[in-house]
Amino acid sequence: MIEVQSLTKHYGTIAAIHDVSFSVKRGEIVGFLGPNGAGKTTTMRILAGFMPATQGTATVAGYDVFTQSLEVRRRIGYLPENVPLYPEMRVASYLDFVAEVKGVGRAERRRRVAEVMDRCLIADVQHRPIGKLSKGYRQRVGLAQAIVSDPEVLILDEPTIGLDPKQIAEIRALIKSLAGQHTVILSTHILPEVSMLCQGVIIINKGAVVAQGPIDRLVEQVFPRARVQLQLAAPPDAVPAEIRRIPGVLSVERQAVSDGVGTYVVEAPRDRDVRSELFQLAADQKWRLLELRRIGMTLEEVFIRIVAGEEASE
Amino acid sequence: MKVWPIFKKEMLLYFSSPVAYAVITLFLLIVGYFFYLYFVSFTLMSMQAAMNPGLARDLNVTDGIVRPLFANIVSIIVLFMMPMLTMRLFAEERKSGTIELLLTYPVRDGAVLIAKYLAALALYAIMLALTLLYPVTIAYFARLEWGPLFSGYLGLLLMGGAFLAVGLLASSLTENQIVAAFATFVVLLIFWVIGWSADYTGGLAGRVLSHLSLVDHFESFSKGVIDSRDVIYYVDFMVLALCLTRRSLEARRWKG
Repeated sequence: MIEVQSLTKHYGTIAAIHDVSFSVKRGEIVGFLGPNGAGKTTTMRILAGFMPATQGTATVAGYDVFTQSLEVRRRIGYLPENVPLYPEMRVASYLDFVAEVKGVGRAERRRRVAEVMDRCLIADVQHRPIGKLSKGYRQRVGLAQAIVSDPEVLILDEPTIGLDPKQIAEIRALIKSLAGQHTVILSTHILPEVSMLCQGVIIINKGAVVAQGPIDRLVEQVFPRARVQLQLAAPPDAVPAEIRRIPGVLSVERQAVSDGVGTYVVEAPRDRDVRSELFQLAADQKWRLLELRRIGMTLEEVFIRIVAGEEASE
Repeated sequence: MKVWPIFKKEMLLYFSSPVAYAVITLFLLIVGYFFYLYFVSFTLMSMQAAMNPGLARDLNVTDGIVRPLFANIVSIIVLFMMPMLTMRLFAEERKSGTIELLLTYPVRDGAVLIAKYLAALALYAIMLALTLLYPVTIAYFARLEWGPLFSGYLGLLLMGGAFLAVGLLASSLTENQIVAAFATFVVLLIFWVIGWSADYTGGLAGRVLSHLSLVDHFESFSKGVIDSRDVIYYVDFMVLALCLTRRSLEARRWKG
């Protein structure tokens, strides 16, 4: 649905993005991650047809974003990062304007506007001027204008920023419900959000794509072994040897000991969960087990590892 | 062409901010004040003419009130007011970032431009239409020639239209509304006074200067003459400014 090939954008002599390539399949929700200034917004602006790339091509729904810009713009809903809206306009008439500009017919428009106001939970403020709304409401009006024409592709730049936890949950549910009929590319800083919403991620750093693919596969690539961290109040020297006896354990590392409590990291093959055996061992040895958890399995750790690794290698 | 929805939006924004009301009110007040002055002085002249039939022969309301009002007063007020109507159009969208959404809707840049221009022109037409009250008042007391009145309004509309196009161009070049208004005013003022030096320059250069002057072309309209040269001049002015605005929008896209 979205194909991006060696996209490059220069601002003067500074390259905002360099040789960015990725693709997003129809109906997928993809998270677009990266530190601030990595080039997320630039890439999204090019996809939305706001500005042309210096080099490279991008197609949305089979149309080139540069040469067939209008065709692309007919098929996307775009939510820019700072949610620019007209403060003087009232919510309902603003959404009606957007729907009309996007070519929704007069008869259908009324229904569509009412529907997105319900979905985005803004029906109660529909007659208020946008400038008088709270940040959370404005954010949802922004999202409503993106989906009001029922576009095939949604480009959302930080859709949940500035919302309170309840609103975040509601907006996430809304975005999740868009999967299937809509292809969504969303950028965010909140990594658990990506794990919750997205099938795939694209990680971008310093204007280049550093990793992309389904979340599970990325986690596997970065952390090929399952790692378990445990804290034990036990004689520190005896522990590693005993743990190594558990079948499948590849390594044991003692990280710290204080007040007789040691922290250990145990590695095993990915498909092997050694936690119950560790618990059993501790019980048999009369060690007091204070903590037992898997580590290095979340997207957050993958992200930090990849982005930090980039920095270290320079 | 998706001109209509954007046109409606611009009109809505005009009337949801105090700018439109302030400009219209101020315009009507100033024009009304000068109409009153001309009207009173014309009344005095006609009283004198009652005792002097020779004077009465040359006395009519078109030359006595309508023409000086349009040529000397309304045209100058329009020069001051038009920058205020256009300064917002692109500069504010750029500053608040709404341009990013507007230019990613399935609408050509040209249609956005035309819609904004027509909205400004419509507001200006409303302003002019409200001043019809003054000639109608005259027509109640005296026989008014409708021909020169019509050509005067047509001239004002064309001249103001050219001003608005320049204002739109200035607004597309900056994020700052004040800068946009000021730049518009300076450019218009240059084209306004350029004709003054024509009298002293003489020859070909003088004719060129006189032809470039925004105000010289208005004179024949106020006399009741619709000359195609004058119409073409204003239309050219408009088209040129709008084409440059389109280029400026395009350039802004590339700069990002």
